[in-house]
Amino acid sequence: MSSTSELNESTHIEGDESPLLGLLNGFIVELRLAGLPVSLTECLDAMEAVSHIPIEDRDAFKYALGATLVKNHSHWKSFEIVFEVYFSVRGSEYEIQENQLENLTDDELSESELKQGDAPSGGGAMSGLSPEELQEMLFRALLNGDQAMLRLLARQSVIRYAGMEPGRPVGGTYYLYRTLRNLDLDSMLDRLMNESREKALNDLTQLEERLEQDEYKSRIEELKKQIESEIRRSLVADRGVEAMARTLRKPLPEDVDFMHASREEMANLRRSLYPLTRKLAARLARRRKYGRRGPLDFRKTIRHSLSYGGVPAEPKFKYPRPSKPEIMVVADISGSVAAFARFTLHLLYAISSQFSKVRSFVFIDGLDEVTRFLEGVEDIGEAVHRVNTEADVVWVDGHSDYGHAFGVFWEKYGKDIGPKTTVLILGDARNNYHASQSWILKEAKQKARKLYWLNPEPRAYWDTGDSILGEYATHCDGAYEVRNLRQLEAFIEKLV
Amino acid sequence: MLVVISFIEDEALLKDTLIQVDHRFEDVTGVRSGLSDVSYLADDGIAGIVYLADRLAKPVLIEGPAGTGKTQLAKSVAEMSGARLIRLQCYEGLDESKALYEWNYKKQLLRIQAENEIRDWGEIEEDLFSEDFLLSRPLLEAIRAEDPVVLLIDEVDRVEIETEALLLEILSEYQVSIPELGTVEGNQIPLVFLTSNGTRELSEALKRRCLYLYIDYPDLEREREIINAKIPGMDENLADQIARIVRSIRQLDLKKHPSVSETLDWAKTLLLLGVEKIDADVATETVNVLLKYRSDIEKAIKEFADNPDSIQETEEEGAA
Repeated sequence: MSSTSELNESTHIEGDESPLLGLLNGFIVELRLAGLPVSLTECLDAMEAVSHIPIEDRDAFKYALGATLVKNHSHWKSFEIVFEVYFSVRGSEYEIQENQLENLTDDELSESELKQGDAPSGGGAMSGLSPEELQEMLFRALLNGDQAMLRLLARQSVIRYAGMEPGRPVGGTYYLYRTLRNLDLDSMLDRLMNESREKALNDLTQLEERLEQDEYKSRIEELKKQIESEIRRSLVADRGVEAMARTLRKPLPEDVDFMHASREEMANLRRSLYPLTRKLAARLARRRKYGRRGPLDFRKTIRHSLSYGGVPAEPKFKYPRPSKPEIMVVADISGSVAAFARFTLHLLYAISSQFSKVRSFVFIDGLDEVTRFLEGVEDIGEAVHRVNTEADVVWVDGHSDYGHAFGVFWEKYGKDIGPKTTVLILGDARNNYHASQSWILKEAKQKARKLYWLNPEPRAYWDTGDSILGEYATHCDGAYEVRNLRQLEAFIEKLV
Repeated sequence: MLVVISFIEDEALLKDTLIQVDHRFEDVTGVRSGLSDVSYLADDGIAGIVYLADRLAKPVLIEGPAGTGKTQLAKSVAEMSGARLIRLQCYEGLDESKALYEWNYKKQLLRIQAENEIRDWGEIEEDLFSEDFLLSRPLLEAIRAEDPVVLLIDEVDRVEIETEALLLEILSEYQVSIPELGTVEGNQIPLVFLTSNGTRELSEALKRRCLYLYIDYPDLEREREIINAKIPGMDENLADQIARIVRSIRQLDLKKHPSVSETLDWAKTLLLLGVEKIDADVATETVNVLLKYRSDIEKAIKEFADNPDSIQETEEEGAA
């Protein structure tokens, strides 16, 4: 926060405190509260940038702020939301635009009603429409890809279906759900597809059908976005900017908890995983290259002695061929870590595509090697599916039993652990009060190069209930809380 | 408080000392139309940031998937403003002797040997480390150039994080410190573009000094325009169809999505083959121009041949 106060002062130095600077200041504070790292230099840049662009151009204004304040593409979405909320009720220019839109679409509205032939007698006002008519207009607008019309319809549907009441303490998703349920966009898609099938002269080929469908889907997606921002705007008007920004604050992608990630967040996480594993590979490779020095290379030393007149002044050493790091990953995929397990499998896959010598194991109460499912498979979806269906991981009842799983691991694969092997264990150590068999980890640690434990649970929950991480951790080289990408990255940094 | 004041003064000072070039661009629309003259179709965001880069005298860091025209943007800006493009291709192991400057050792050696009478060593040393013996590498060359230049630092994510630090001085102060010679100040502030494919996170220090521009795959409209602009004699309907198919393919879960350049290759292929309308057969036969992995090609072919219902099922499974 200290930098914020500096910022305030810096605006004083620049002289007159214009309302724009104050506004930007507030915006930047809001961005920081949303977790975006905005430095002082960047604030100054932003202030200079907006002085170069026409202030009434909302898009240019947004891009200028974005280019100077947001330096990571995964933060762009958070930035957009803050921008929309923060600047939605400000600026009279924007209001005027809205009115123009209203006028403009009113004309188009009556036109399209004429086309339908059954225009309501109430004139152009949309509130007079029956639900069926609204649905029909939505259908036409989607069919023709009429942007302005869609915007207007989005607003109308929110007014009509969201049932927004001032001061009601529910989130925007509730209103979104209500609106979408009433619009029934799934059957709308079917209708659109039928329409274009009828319109086509011959039968649509598979390819054409697919393309049509994608087109409509993207239009419907656009409509959903319109509705969402419409709801947001009404909420801001109702509750005020600060309160709204607070409720909309979402964790940045690197802070999303693996255990509670939504499907969309999961897809983002997956994408961010690959650079991380590459980093991991690079770190281990560098260590291999520079970390060790071999015995004297006699031949090379003699060769170099020629330049000193036969005196071996500069001893040369052999750099041994770097041995490839061997990694054994043992992952818990039981129900208690289900969401984490999904992520774990992706991590396993990503690691095994970077290293040639990775062996992967999954367990619940039994344990099975899954290397064969992950190696040389190009499609991650298929690999994960095979692991889930084919791996033999249930021994008795399908409740995690670390002790037994480790027992199997030690018995079957323990002999493969060598001084070059790094063992990674992923799990929450919730053992359902079974025997811990922690001696296995002790033995394994002695044989392996390093043994690490990564736990998806917050550190505060460790050793509560049936978690016995503390007992296992004493035998590991380190136990880390890895709940999000940031922590995973920190772990990789530490690894060297 | 003190820090802030000195910072601002520094910047003011910096701007006075450097020879101010006239602004290259009048306004955002000018940038946009200028770029489209050299057949680079920029959207508002791209044109706006190029304009700001000129006004704020700041480098632009461009990120985005491979093949979306990041490098091309720098080239087109150079072409449009009639400036010389100086390019520094980054790779692992790049060092200052390749990026900044190097002493011309051979020439220095010759100079010592040519020296007949014994002179004071200090004098010789002073002689040896003068600008005569300095070899400019791209970065130094860019700021010392007399004519207008655009500096492109390509694939900056390939250098190690330590090497990145080399860039910092030149990117913020437009000067180079050479220990033996002192600080070499620039003759101009060139437009600087850095591109990154995002294989690793760049350092905060570097990002802070740049404007950030993310170029994503173009939307349907823009992709169609690009095809029409880049390939003369392209049928409008075919271009539309190509853009739509490519968009559908990009929605699939593939190892590598088709880039804009691959889209253009595909369009050219179809044009050469004299295709007027793309059907499943044509798509299947030529899709290897668009996609480069066997598994991706198989997936795409399956998508366009099977019926859509079964596809959705497999997607569900994949996500589960």
